[in-house]
Amino acid sequence: MAGSEWGRSMIRLLRAWATTPALVFTVLALSVFGVAMIYSAGVLNLPSPVTEDIWQRQAQWLVLGLLAFTVLGSVPSRWIEWAALPAYVGGILVLMATLVIGTGAGTAAGVKSWISIAGFRFQPAEVAKIATILAVARLLSTRREAFQYLRELFPPVALIGLPLALVVLQPDLGTALAFIGILFTMLYWGGTPIPLLVLLASPGLGLILSYDIWVWSGYIILLTFSLFFYRYRLYLVESVAVVLANLAAGTIALPLWRSLADYQKNRLLVFLDQTVDPQGAGWQIIQSKVAIGSGGLTGKGFTAGPQKRLDFLPEQHTDFIFSVIGEELGFLGTSLVILAFGFILVRLVQLAAKVTDPFAGLVIFGIFGAWITHVFVNIGMTVGLVPITGIPLPFVSYGGSFLLMSWVALALAVRVSQDT
Amino acid sequence: MRLDHPLSRRRRAQGGTALVVVLMGLLMVAFFRAQVLRKTTWELQAESNPLRQLIVPAPRGTIFDRNDSLIADNVPGWAVVLLPGSRDSIRSRIESLRPHLGLTDGRVERLMETARTYPRQPLTVKVNAPFDEVAALEERKGEFPGLYLERRPRRRYLAGEAVGHILGYLGEVTQEELDEPEFAQDSLGRYVPGAIVGKDGIERQYEGLLQGKAGFRYVEVDVLGRIVGSLDGFPGDTARAGLDIRLNIDLELQEWVHDIFPDTLRGAVVALNVDDGGVLALYSAPSFDPNAFVGGIGGAEWASLVEDPDLPLYNRSVQGTYAPGSTFKLATAAMALDLGLIEADEIMPIPCTGGMPFGNRVWHCWEREGHGDVDLLKALQGSCDVYFYQVAARIGLRRFLDEGARLGFNERCGIDLPSEARGTFPDTTYWQRVYGYRPREGETLNLSIGQGPIDQTPLKMAQFYLAIARDGSAPPPRLLKTEEPPEGGWTLDLSQEALEIMREGIRAVVQPGGTAYGSSLEHWDLMGKTGTVQNDGNPDHAWFAGMAGPRGSDPEIVVVVFVEFGESGSRVAAPIMAKTADFFLRKKYGIPIDSIQTLTEHWMTGTPAPWAEPVPAEAGGAGGGE
Repeated sequence: MAGSEWGRSMIRLLRAWATTPALVFTVLALSVFGVAMIYSAGVLNLPSPVTEDIWQRQAQWLVLGLLAFTVLGSVPSRWIEWAALPAYVGGILVLMATLVIGTGAGTAAGVKSWISIAGFRFQPAEVAKIATILAVARLLSTRREAFQYLRELFPPVALIGLPLALVVLQPDLGTALAFIGILFTMLYWGGTPIPLLVLLASPGLGLILSYDIWVWSGYIILLTFSLFFYRYRLYLVESVAVVLANLAAGTIALPLWRSLADYQKNRLLVFLDQTVDPQGAGWQIIQSKVAIGSGGLTGKGFTAGPQKRLDFLPEQHTDFIFSVIGEELGFLGTSLVILAFGFILVRLVQLAAKVTDPFAGLVIFGIFGAWITHVFVNIGMTVGLVPITGIPLPFVSYGGSFLLMSWVALALAVRVSQDT
Repeated sequence: MRLDHPLSRRRRAQGGTALVVVLMGLLMVAFFRAQVLRKTTWELQAESNPLRQLIVPAPRGTIFDRNDSLIADNVPGWAVVLLPGSRDSIRSRIESLRPHLGLTDGRVERLMETARTYPRQPLTVKVNAPFDEVAALEERKGEFPGLYLERRPRRRYLAGEAVGHILGYLGEVTQEELDEPEFAQDSLGRYVPGAIVGKDGIERQYEGLLQGKAGFRYVEVDVLGRIVGSLDGFPGDTARAGLDIRLNIDLELQEWVHDIFPDTLRGAVVALNVDDGGVLALYSAPSFDPNAFVGGIGGAEWASLVEDPDLPLYNRSVQGTYAPGSTFKLATAAMALDLGLIEADEIMPIPCTGGMPFGNRVWHCWEREGHGDVDLLKALQGSCDVYFYQVAARIGLRRFLDEGARLGFNERCGIDLPSEARGTFPDTTYWQRVYGYRPREGETLNLSIGQGPIDQTPLKMAQFYLAIARDGSAPPPRLLKTEEPPEGGWTLDLSQEALEIMREGIRAVVQPGGTAYGSSLEHWDLMGKTGTVQNDGNPDHAWFAGMAGPRGSDPEIVVVVFVEFGESGSRVAAPIMAKTADFFLRKKYGIPIDSIQTLTEHWMTGTPAPWAEPVPAEAGGAGGGE
């Protein structure tokens, strides 16, 4: 009797693994692959004691992540729904505390993104990301109809805007981008029509276009006219607010640009012209592209990348791990990894479409939103497709708390998908 | 349609899937282009050749003198550079180079500091390495990964010690300097760690002009960090040389001054061109050889310069301030004339009887015998203190101080050198501030003969004598030769008659009976005023300030000589002044240079001196001194 009880709880524990095995085992394969690449990133011609052994720590974190996945995958999903709001409030408090007692690390020594407790360091933003997804899912899951008015978007925008602002203050622009990804994907899944999302994003577009006064003026006129003629279910006040927000974005662009640190400006300038800062931000992109380009179709072979071995690649086990993959495994390796991520993301979309519970669908799609932002921005920057931002690649980049929380997120997605 | 309707969910899921396909597709295309098509500009010619960026140094601008003679140029030199690598490898590579380059502990620590701060930049281990060191390293290059022997222009100062104080010297830019706005906000971004910048003199003053813009290029290195070739596919940037500049200095004159200034003495010589106030020569003894600094001065060598009690790095001509003594009497007279308080031919009411009463005491003349009735001409000829006491009393303290300030005696001349000192000249609050009492009228009497709280640089005194040599106007002395005359300066309202009388007065000093007659010259009309300044128990300081030109025409060169502890203006300072002026004028008018120049030299060598009286005049005593 006791034996079969024990057996049954063991089976329940393993349920998380069995629900969507293709998804979970793809993620597991990527994680193991990540540990291998981190090992390779530490193989240098002139070994450094710091990076030589960190693959072992990543492996330990992976084991912890698998445990967390197994346990969380078997809790009742009601608990997850209940935990949403307390987790959100707790996440916000910890983010606030981070601004006061937070510390930097390694190359990001100037920012306040980490908290150490008893020698154990983690990034509260990782926790806050998941908590925010849960909270927004709670908020939006009560709706049965699609959004019609811009003002209806205010509560979810505010809910995400608070942690977003706290993360920007650290400053951690990479994680901020992830929050923006979460915002738009969850609003979309929550039933926001595309034109409304475009209007919501328009001040950001205005900010970017303000680099040229003529382009910007044309854009503002176009926006005003389309609002006037199209009147997409907007009140007059809302239309005016959209235009005003765009005008404001154009106005603060210059002061905002001036307030950026030099390295941040350079990253953007380098995106436009790679020769701007050949010693700094330009160096990273040049070296990354050289490594990727020299990888060719089949690569230099595992651990054999010369760019990497000579320690040319910046952040080669964290943000630029994909450059190592490109150099050592070639296009075969990079395309396989991109396809793997594509598969994971599509599986998440399918899960979200399958579940009938709105909360479950929103949680899954929120996680989808966070991951697709991470994957596209991280991989895109190594090849010069997007500006350089400090954002890691899920399951592959070195970073304990990020790996753990990614597995926690997977557990939540898998767990909530089972209750339908 | 309700949101939880399966069809609604499916439609939104299609949007999500489309987003994944588009974004992942974009990434696939980008990587396909970069890795398979290799159409990007970042494609490498060879499979495994990583890039290194190398700085191509730019030569500094060349410095010419007024006659287009070279003062400073550049010759090929070699620098030992390490390409970037990990921190530990840099440390071990520096250690392995250490015995070959003779690096000190301090130097190694500084290098590691630079490598830590700028890990992606090539590290200059040694600039201007001697050729034998470079050759030895070149032979064994394979043993030193990441070693790069860079051709780098090396500064050369052709006149060495003669121009040390004018040109200043070069050195590696310090972290503090990099933080200064001038360097940090340089629009060309020329100032990076390891950059060589001017530290003093013209090299510092015109650093922005002289510094070139370094270029860069990319090279390919092999797995061991050895350079295997240059890379043409990458845009580099060619180096641009700094701007050439031309100075008012006459290099031959400058070297001549360096040669004739007695080795055992310390002091300064300033020679100005009467036409435009340009600095013809500027010398401070002892001097230093700026070539010693090129390529980083050794610790011992630097210590010997800094700890030398003769202060060779101290530019006495523009940094030293000294009481001007009797050379200032001309200024007192000029101020009174400018203010319209005396006439040039006026005889002062009180005849000199060796002193005069003023306030509650008697003010003595250096000449206890007295000068009798004196006008300006006689007063300057005899350096009569009593005459100037009366002029001073007539000017009055406040006007004296105001006029002195107008002529910039409490200011810098504005010469284009970074280290010029301000002269000391009191204002009305000075005595209260420094001595704690209200100034009495008698202070003016003291100041009028160049004593009391009045210290001036040799350059400042030269600028004043320049005004007397010209028409009363004194432009700021300049080292850089420019098309436009320099702005600024001041003007004295002096009649031609007054100027003639003043020049006549100081001409007498080098004429028969004058204290500096022994310094008179064969070809030129020489004028000057001696000054001998008491010095707190030490030997007196000696001045000679004057001018010279062809006989019967206006002066063309102003020369001020100051000799620390020189004891006698007429015996020590005057001959240096005369020989300086003589050299310049002979060169200008094509008369062959002769080392036997002054009357004394003619007598001592038994050379006939056709212009002089055949009576040996013993140039003795403190000429016109106190």
